[in-house]
Amino acid sequence: MSATVLLARGVGHTIDGHTILDGVDLEVRAGEVLALVGPNGAGKSTLLGVLAGDVAPTSGTLTWMSALPPVPGHAADVDPLGQELLAAEPLASLPVAELARRRAVLLQEQSLSFPFRVVDVVRMGRAPWARAGVPGAQEPEDDDTIVARALLTADVLHLAERRFPTLSGGEKARTAFARVLAQTPRLLLLDEPTAALDIRHQEHVLAQASARARAGDAVVVVLHDLSLAAAWADRVVVLERGRVAGGGAPGDVLTSALLSRVYDHPVQTLRHPDTGELLVLPVRGRSAQGGASSTAAHTHLTEGTPA
Amino acid sequence: MSAPTAPAPADERRAVDAVRALDGPAVLPPARPARATVLFVVLGVLLLVLVVLSAGVGQLDIPPAQVVGSVLHHVGLDVGPAPENVNGDAVLWAIRFPRVTMAVLVGAALATGGALMQGVFGNPLAEPGVIGVSAGAAVAACATIVFGLSTLGPWTTATAAFVGGLVTTLLVYVLARSNGRTEVVTLVLTGIAVNAVCGAAIAFFTFLADQQAREQIVFWQLGSLNGTRWPYVGIVAPFVVVGIAVAVVLAPRLDLLSLGERAARHVGVDVERLRLVAIVAIALLTAAAVAFCGIIAFVGLVVPHLVRMVVGPGHRVLVPASALGGAVLLLAADLAARTAVAYADLPIGMLTALVGGPFFFWLLRRTRRTAGGWA
Repeated sequence: MSATVLLARGVGHTIDGHTILDGVDLEVRAGEVLALVGPNGAGKSTLLGVLAGDVAPTSGTLTWMSALPPVPGHAADVDPLGQELLAAEPLASLPVAELARRRAVLLQEQSLSFPFRVVDVVRMGRAPWARAGVPGAQEPEDDDTIVARALLTADVLHLAERRFPTLSGGEKARTAFARVLAQTPRLLLLDEPTAALDIRHQEHVLAQASARARAGDAVVVVLHDLSLAAAWADRVVVLERGRVAGGGAPGDVLTSALLSRVYDHPVQTLRHPDTGELLVLPVRGRSAQGGASSTAAHTHLTEGTPA
Repeated sequence: MSAPTAPAPADERRAVDAVRALDGPAVLPPARPARATVLFVVLGVLLLVLVVLSAGVGQLDIPPAQVVGSVLHHVGLDVGPAPENVNGDAVLWAIRFPRVTMAVLVGAALATGGALMQGVFGNPLAEPGVIGVSAGAAVAACATIVFGLSTLGPWTTATAAFVGGLVTTLLVYVLARSNGRTEVVTLVLTGIAVNAVCGAAIAFFTFLADQQAREQIVFWQLGSLNGTRWPYVGIVAPFVVVGIAVAVVLAPRLDLLSLGERAARHVGVDVERLRLVAIVAIALLTAAAVAFCGIIAFVGLVVPHLVRMVVGPGHRVLVPASALGGAVLLLAADLAARTAVAYADLPIGMLTALVGGPFFFWLLRRTRRTAGGWA
């Protein structure tokens, strides 16, 4: 089993008396893509914010586990006997700068106050490593190599000299993804990285996220497209009104019964006849009557929509 | 479930191969544009030329060579011609040089304050005047004039301006914050309200004052470098030097802040602390500019814009280049104020606003067209 990177226990969050998260237990593991799915308002983005350290939860604990494979040039993680030291640090105790060297966050919306070039934006990802004396800090040439690699990986190298405000929505999202990669974090938190992307770049970005996981990083990704979650996640956690409704391998969790209940809409899951991939589809039109758990109200609703 | 067997598209495989192929040192566009060096050299030369020119021009004209000669003699180098006029040396050192130095300091302070403010609030239209620092400083400074306060001797007005500016800025900052963050629109609107109240306070002081103090307030509101003496320069200089030094230190973090507050925190910026330090620095710079020379508008708004148009928005270059550019601009404006009308010393604040307003409008339209707006 892979090492735990971040552990959430009993996390709850309330805003003005509204419960956004309630008793969420979550284990973020190295080498794994964890997909958070659920309907609008289920608390996915808030949970991601909690994991990122942006939002202090009103209850529960968050613990960073530093039992990771040693970071290159960061020998301090290993004691003289060669044993990995296990360090459990509360998330809230970590300074902002230290946190920035451990985790990177891709937000849903990309904004930039001034018209920087794409390459400058991606270089900003290196900022946490810029100060001298930081373990694992790179030489400037190394920085440029990392930035170039990130630009290439996110497929924005050809846009390097363009001004950010002149980019399309998808190009902005990929630029932000490149910035996240340039931060070389152990944990990547991605909030709907594919929302603005075309089908090729959806696949591309998730393939790169998956490659990060294969290389030993931890990846948490909020996704709305359940088929994408089924294809790229190692583990899926379904959120329903701030609680975990299910978690595990995509094939075990993404079932018609659970999804139809959680999304309050009949959902069908099936295997692709050729590849055997798991596909998740909403039941549309007349066939909704045959849906897994459609109530009379659902049937009425779905009959009203054009097939 | 079996491992996902998503087919990798050809393009993606090519990209992955390219990533693997990238092993040598990468060649990327440099972080610092080559034009930055050119800009610094041009501004530096302009500054020197204007200092010499400006010091020589006035009712008693002194040729540039003699100005340089006088400076060299004063630092102990017996090179170049001394001023021919018997009063030349005295005029230069008692009147011209303090004024020129003050123009350089105030111009640099205003432009740096503007650059800092725009960076902190992520809004290219922010300016110390906009969020109420100038008005707050003005109220406090007016109070010392009207009530004849001199508790701190010559430092009284400057210190009052700093405290007034700082208090006003913090007030605006606190009022505009909700849930630990500051919306730019809320901040600017709060600034407008504070400016209105401060305007009323200044009007009240003007009403209250005796004739001499009233004259002082009115002239001071117009903005002028007239009557600058060395002691004033000595008071303003530390404020400016500290303010600019802080701005230069903060510059790299201001780049990151342009990603937005949340994303800036994600790359390791302590946003709240950055803002507080920046606000104190802005208050320092504005107070330095306002204390003896009054309200000189538009320099803090336009100089950073002009610099951005030449070298882009990176604050590492923007902040020091704005300081230089502001000094050059105010020196040129002061030269114009003294020479445009014979035997008259026009208020420099009026001049900068008169020329700067339309110019700024033109800038706005141009930048929107070419850079796709700022939003």
